[in-house]
Amino acid sequence: MLYELWILAISSLVAATCGIVGTFLVLRRIAMVADAISHTVLLGIVGAFLVSQTLEGPLMLIGAAVVGLATTYFIQVLDNAGVPADAAIGVVFTSLFSVGVILVSLYARDVHLDVDHVLMGDISFAPFHTIEWNGIPMGPQAFWVILAVFIIDLALILLLYKEFKITSFDPALAAALGIPVTLIHYLLMTMVSITAVASFDAVGAILVVALLIVPPATAYLLTEKLSRMIIVSALTGVAAAVTGYYTAKYFNVSIAGCIASAAGALFLIAFLFSPSQGILLRGRQRKKAAAPASS
Amino acid sequence: MQEWLQFLSSPNLQWVMAGAALLGLASGVVGSFVLLRKESLVGDAMAHAALPGICLGFLVFGRETLALMGGAALTGLLAVYAIRAVHSQSKIKQDAAIGIVLSVFFGFGIVLLTMITNGSYSQSSGIDEFIFGQAASLVGADVQILIASALVLLILSFLFFKELKLLIFDPLFAGGIGLPIRFLNALLSSMVVLVVITGIQTVGVILMAALLITPAVTARYWTDRLGVMAVLSGLIGGLSGAVGALLSSTISGLPTGPVIVVTATAFFLISFLFAPQRGILFRMMETRKNTQFVLNNFLLDTMYEKLEKRYAAGQYSALFSRRELEEQTRLPRNGLEKTIQALQKQGLLTQTDGKYVLTGTGLAYAYDSSLLRRIQDIHLTHEAELGSWKEASANGDLRKPRDYLMNERIHSLLTAEQKLPVSLAIKQSSIEYADQA
Repeated sequence: MLYELWILAISSLVAATCGIVGTFLVLRRIAMVADAISHTVLLGIVGAFLVSQTLEGPLMLIGAAVVGLATTYFIQVLDNAGVPADAAIGVVFTSLFSVGVILVSLYARDVHLDVDHVLMGDISFAPFHTIEWNGIPMGPQAFWVILAVFIIDLALILLLYKEFKITSFDPALAAALGIPVTLIHYLLMTMVSITAVASFDAVGAILVVALLIVPPATAYLLTEKLSRMIIVSALTGVAAAVTGYYTAKYFNVSIAGCIASAAGALFLIAFLFSPSQGILLRGRQRKKAAAPASS
Repeated sequence: MQEWLQFLSSPNLQWVMAGAALLGLASGVVGSFVLLRKESLVGDAMAHAALPGICLGFLVFGRETLALMGGAALTGLLAVYAIRAVHSQSKIKQDAAIGIVLSVFFGFGIVLLTMITNGSYSQSSGIDEFIFGQAASLVGADVQILIASALVLLILSFLFFKELKLLIFDPLFAGGIGLPIRFLNALLSSMVVLVVITGIQTVGVILMAALLITPAVTARYWTDRLGVMAVLSGLIGGLSGAVGALLSSTISGLPTGPVIVVTATAFFLISFLFAPQRGILFRMMETRKNTQFVLNNFLLDTMYEKLEKRYAAGQYSALFSRRELEEQTRLPRNGLEKTIQALQKQGLLTQTDGKYVLTGTGLAYAYDSSLLRRIQDIHLTHEAELGSWKEASANGDLRKPRDYLMNERIHSLLTAEQKLPVSLAIKQSSIEYADQA
């Protein structure tokens, strides 16, 4: 029972964190940069492992942040040099990811760093990996890591809410007002990177993308206000995590995969039935609007 | 040497190399269409979306190559249409649509995958190899499939080259002249799906995108023609495949797919840095050349205008001290030094007694350049009357600014002082000789 609670707590926290950060990715139309970062984080993890020879500690987060920023920077460089934006993303993430896979298979084959684990996560083992503080059992390490990242992300967004908002909707205005647009961009990318690496224990680096993009996109269809979108996005993520977990438990399949699928199902519902945007109700509204005119 | 020959002639390596090269060739050609269509990441989504299809194929029909590939093709195409639907039917943008479809399909694929590996299916081992690919296990039969699919793709690209080209560059026009746009879109998507489903066994779903994108971007650096680009991209892809397969088999433990991708990326980096016209180095040199050109003209103009002022005030010295140049131009010290050296090299500027003076050619050049700038000013203020400046300069009317003075309107708009200098030039040259004497 406690085991189940921990899993639910961890996956809900991951989903909420991703939902909050992802909102800005969707609004800035850089969702695929998150995809790129979630792949290249592997290289950061391997790099940190090669330096420290362990899979623990803050070095993982630092490695992930460095590689995440490098990914963003390389994409920017190629973009400025005239490579189409989506191709720039494709070139950068596939090459850095490949280097990561090669390093794993050359130097880290014997440790608990198999690529499958990094990609798909293994949340069912997370509750067993506990830590102690002064001899008191504190629960799973993954929980505390993701909680720390959640607090960091939330604090940064609350602190710089206005800046994030203006740079997302009107970067030109933001620049004119003297807000450091580039700095905010890289700050956001750092947040995405550390969120991705903190989450990979739970859902795996690749399925982080699902939680970073799908719940915010769902919220995007349901509301027109940024603050509401962030909350709806986080709640949608948590709902996906909870339903995903129970579905996975029922069918005895991958938890991470089920969470992603559940997020997809919630998106589909919003896509079809959103009061203002859903393709079904929108059509009815149009008919309603057209009816008096034609009569 | 003997060892190498023996190594190269091992049938297993030959199969792997041939397979990887063919795959690279086909994906390079198709990738160049996709790149210019700005749908590179759609290919990535398709590759990820193939995973649930493979699992479904396995669940329904068992481990038949055809079933797995059919399933992959089905969900791959479904993903393309899902992306289009989300993008066109809601306010969600293309990139988010791709991200949604990619991650949800892949997540569902993982669900099915665990269902298979946890369940009691026979021959289920090896299904998860599709995530990373197993190039090293390519055998004759796989290569036959690769040959067939590469041939189909090359023939299709060749047959529909003109139509695809039009679809890429001007879809509205293509529709206007009656080309079947829907069919062509479906054709291109099917070609990508075919590449993806034959490629995932070799490099896996995650890195499949690299084979579609990287060779095409690389080829783009060397040419502006679609046909050349497609061929080049195919060659680069094929070469990356062969070299990657070779490298990964020489060092044990190196996974083939990632090595192929890294090889392709190396080709890209070389092109990115060194390609003529588009490469970074070339463009840096070009910028430097342009900057120097602008600085040269700036110094000449400044000296010329100063001469004009002196002339108007009745001073006839053509000499400039170093200090005067610094004050007049306000250029940083070494920038000025470089510019002076460049002008001296071109024979437009000389030095006498530590002072600088324009040569005869230099003066004529400076006159032309100043006059051109003045004409441009006039032209831009009276653009409505005189026509666009861009057109005038494109026509080559401005090669010889002095001829342009013959244009009556321009002639009347410039003040006497502004166009005066020819006489000054003559006088100047005599002063110059006087100074030197």
